[in-house]
Amino acid sequence: MGADAHHHKETFITKYIFSQDHKMISKQYLITGLIMGIVGIAMSLLFRLQLAWPEQPFGIFESVLGKWAPDGVMDPNVYLALVTIHGTIMVFFVLTAGLSGTFSNLLIPLQIGARDMASGFLNMVSYWLFFLSSVVMLASLFVEAGPAAAGWTIYPPLSALPQAQPGSGLGMTLWLVSMAIFIASSLLGSLNYIVTVINLRTKGMSMTRLPLTIWAFFVTAIIGVVSFPVLLSAALLLIMDRSFGTSFFLSDIFIQGEVLHYQGGSPVLFEHLFWFLGHPEVYIVLLPALGITSEVLATNARKPIFGYRAMVASILAIAFLSTIVWGHHMFISGMNPFLGSVFTFTTLLIAIPSAVKAFNYITTLWKGNLQLNPAMLFSIGLVSTFITGGLTGIILGDSTLDINVHDTYFVVAHFHLVMGISALYGLFAGVYHWFPKMFGRMLNKRLGYIHFWITAVCAYGVFFPMHFIGMAGLPRRYYTNTAFPYFDDLADINVVITIFALIAGAAQIVFLYNFIHSMFYGKPTVQNPWKSNTLEWTAPIKHFHGNWEGDIPEVHRWAYDYSKPGHEKDYVPQHIPLIKGEKELQH
Amino acid sequence: MTTLLMITILVLVSIAVWQITKIFQVAQLNKKVDDSQVANEKDNDWNGKLMFAFLVFIYLITIYSFWEWGDVLLPEAASEHGVDYDRLMWISMVLIFFVQIVTQALLHYFSYKYRGRKGLKALFYADNDRLEFIWTIIPVIVLAGLILYGLYAWSNIMNFEEDEDALIVELYAQQFNWKARYAGADNVLGDANVRFLQDYDGLNLVGIDSSDPNGLDDVVVQELHLPVGRKVIFKMRSQDVLHSAYMPHFRAQMNCVPGMITEFAFTPTITTEEMRQNPDMVAKVQKINKIRYDNSQELIANGEEALDPYQFDYLLLCNKICGASHYNMQMKIIVEEEKDFNSWMSQQTTFAEVIQ
Repeated sequence: MGADAHHHKETFITKYIFSQDHKMISKQYLITGLIMGIVGIAMSLLFRLQLAWPEQPFGIFESVLGKWAPDGVMDPNVYLALVTIHGTIMVFFVLTAGLSGTFSNLLIPLQIGARDMASGFLNMVSYWLFFLSSVVMLASLFVEAGPAAAGWTIYPPLSALPQAQPGSGLGMTLWLVSMAIFIASSLLGSLNYIVTVINLRTKGMSMTRLPLTIWAFFVTAIIGVVSFPVLLSAALLLIMDRSFGTSFFLSDIFIQGEVLHYQGGSPVLFEHLFWFLGHPEVYIVLLPALGITSEVLATNARKPIFGYRAMVASILAIAFLSTIVWGHHMFISGMNPFLGSVFTFTTLLIAIPSAVKAFNYITTLWKGNLQLNPAMLFSIGLVSTFITGGLTGIILGDSTLDINVHDTYFVVAHFHLVMGISALYGLFAGVYHWFPKMFGRMLNKRLGYIHFWITAVCAYGVFFPMHFIGMAGLPRRYYTNTAFPYFDDLADINVVITIFALIAGAAQIVFLYNFIHSMFYGKPTVQNPWKSNTLEWTAPIKHFHGNWEGDIPEVHRWAYDYSKPGHEKDYVPQHIPLIKGEKELQH
Repeated sequence: MTTLLMITILVLVSIAVWQITKIFQVAQLNKKVDDSQVANEKDNDWNGKLMFAFLVFIYLITIYSFWEWGDVLLPEAASEHGVDYDRLMWISMVLIFFVQIVTQALLHYFSYKYRGRKGLKALFYADNDRLEFIWTIIPVIVLAGLILYGLYAWSNIMNFEEDEDALIVELYAQQFNWKARYAGADNVLGDANVRFLQDYDGLNLVGIDSSDPNGLDDVVVQELHLPVGRKVIFKMRSQDVLHSAYMPHFRAQMNCVPGMITEFAFTPTITTEEMRQNPDMVAKVQKINKIRYDNSQELIANGEEALDPYQFDYLLLCNKICGASHYNMQMKIIVEEEKDFNSWMSQQTTFAEVIQ
């Protein structure tokens, strides 16, 4: 397919709305993801206020939550709803669609040397399904009885019975509908990514010459295709239980003075189905961030990524292991203790490829010539939080130790650092690094530095103390801790955490300002601002459908020939042929 | 709510504006070359130094947290297996802190040391199989040790035997309170099901099957008493949604699942009275009462009632989201000498007495 094929006339609608160009779709994903991110983070600040100053009236509650905050005091049901929707939005809408959707779309065709995705149409459908699911999820916030409030894991019977809590009525129905649409979107996107990487690589782009970003997106898509359908089945069965009286997950229930007819179902079955996606989901969120980090670290260290083969192997190992560790969320669910032993074993195994990745990142920095751009800072920050958060996984993955910290703030600290903050840093690194590619302009670096340093300090300020209140035995998802005098001495820590959270929230405004302002008034970019090796920087700055005028560049080397001896410059892009007598590194 | 709606509309409008302005944008991309937004030597320098400062920050926040908040951590375990649990926890913690201190140091020190300078060229160093092997095999060995110890402890805790003299207690969860059922003189719990809850005008609090003779001597209470030094086997039930019986001081937790009976067992080793004398606990309770006193002064000034002073008790908390009052679903646990337990038990009414 030649470039000419894409030079058809484009209208406003085909170019900006129902676009089939992967670059435009990527921007649509990013903007939608950022808007959802604003909603998700704003919610977390609301419930952090409640946790620090429980049952105190706040003007902001009254104006934002309205009838759900009588006299400005947050209602317990709303607290649970906020926690639930915050989790759902951040995990699925921001860190799955916003991160993977944005950068898989932008980078897969550009970095492998393709004119577009294998199916531009499916790609477009995938985005619009994601958009639709976002709209449904946001619409659920305006339901009379409130949105879903059973936690983002929506365990039945709580999520199945409208009698159990107000959020389990229409709000829960909309949650399930939104997620079903989201899963359809994710599957279409993932299939497209897989097919594109396998079939549309340019001449010379063998799998072992692929940048690690592409490896990460490719494997992420495979995990998604394997595990998302299982969540869809869980959601469908839950819909059946809720609406058609089946008993897949329900049995022997007495609620509101009434014995219900359900017989023989088991909530534990739902937990298995949910976490069969839920755990791989952690890596669906994390792997793209790690892929971006690999690319940004190598480029800015002006050094090859250390241990390319080991990096690919560890991505594959993590992907494989991620599908057989889900039971570590269920050690105390009542499942057979022997299963707990098996899942402890597989879970702690996953620490090995993770450790390899961390060590390789650190070695990549060693004796580099580090260009500390904002993207680079976020990537280094990612490695730092990935280690801090990952290490506590050794405690939580051990069934014995999990007994007493399960569902406490220790868990909250762990997963926010290792997947929340790390993946968010990956998203930021990606935005700072590829903003010039997306918008033809540069982000302001000063604002970028301010954004990073405040965020980095606050991330530790928020989540490090949470380990302590977790090990003090404080359960998560408590509206307030005042019902237990035993936890009175934790009140101060909660105030500290909230203050850090508010500052971190303010720092994101700096980013948003930078993002929007630079889109219009940023300094125009040069062709290859970071002096990077990958193919996307050979495509013209001005976007057009088809990516390259004339022929697609041919690839002659891997993506990491930085500071290679025998070359004058400290980078050798992938499309530069080997010079006479030069040997390619064999992988 | 309307405000939220307004915000959403505003956001959507701003996207529309963005889309429209973008059309004009694309037509007139500025062509001037400019790399002022790429990090220069000065940026590398100060950010590199901040990276080092950040390492100090991580160490300081760790030390500060232990210094300031070390006393909020749970006191010594009050159960037999809890001692094993705590040992495994400390081994894991020491290991984690060691790795954390070393790796964060390397990461941030390298970020500082190798901050970019003009004219410098990085070392072309792409592979080293021996290094890769080393940092694969070390985690393998360390984790193998942890896994073995962990599995050993896990199977000791979870594969308990139903000894003759173990006390059988049912923990019964409902939105939003706990009940406990003792098996009575025969130490066998009667059959139970939610279908029996409405029998006897709601007096059958946990749904005991009155046709099962084993159930007639069962005792249902709202406060959990446990004899010290005797193994307790808990059978957990829930009547409505998932709950989780969390007893942090005993390092014990198990979900309560409607439709099935889950189990956990432990042997309490420290009575409530003894735990109240524990120096750490004395200090903690003092601290809490100081906070409560200060808060009370404020409440009194506002014309409200003062808070009661706090006295330590073991707790059973709900640790699985279960609805609006999840945060206040609790039961007091009292661990006492066998004779005190027996005399308390003799004052309780059996199921047979309740339904007469």
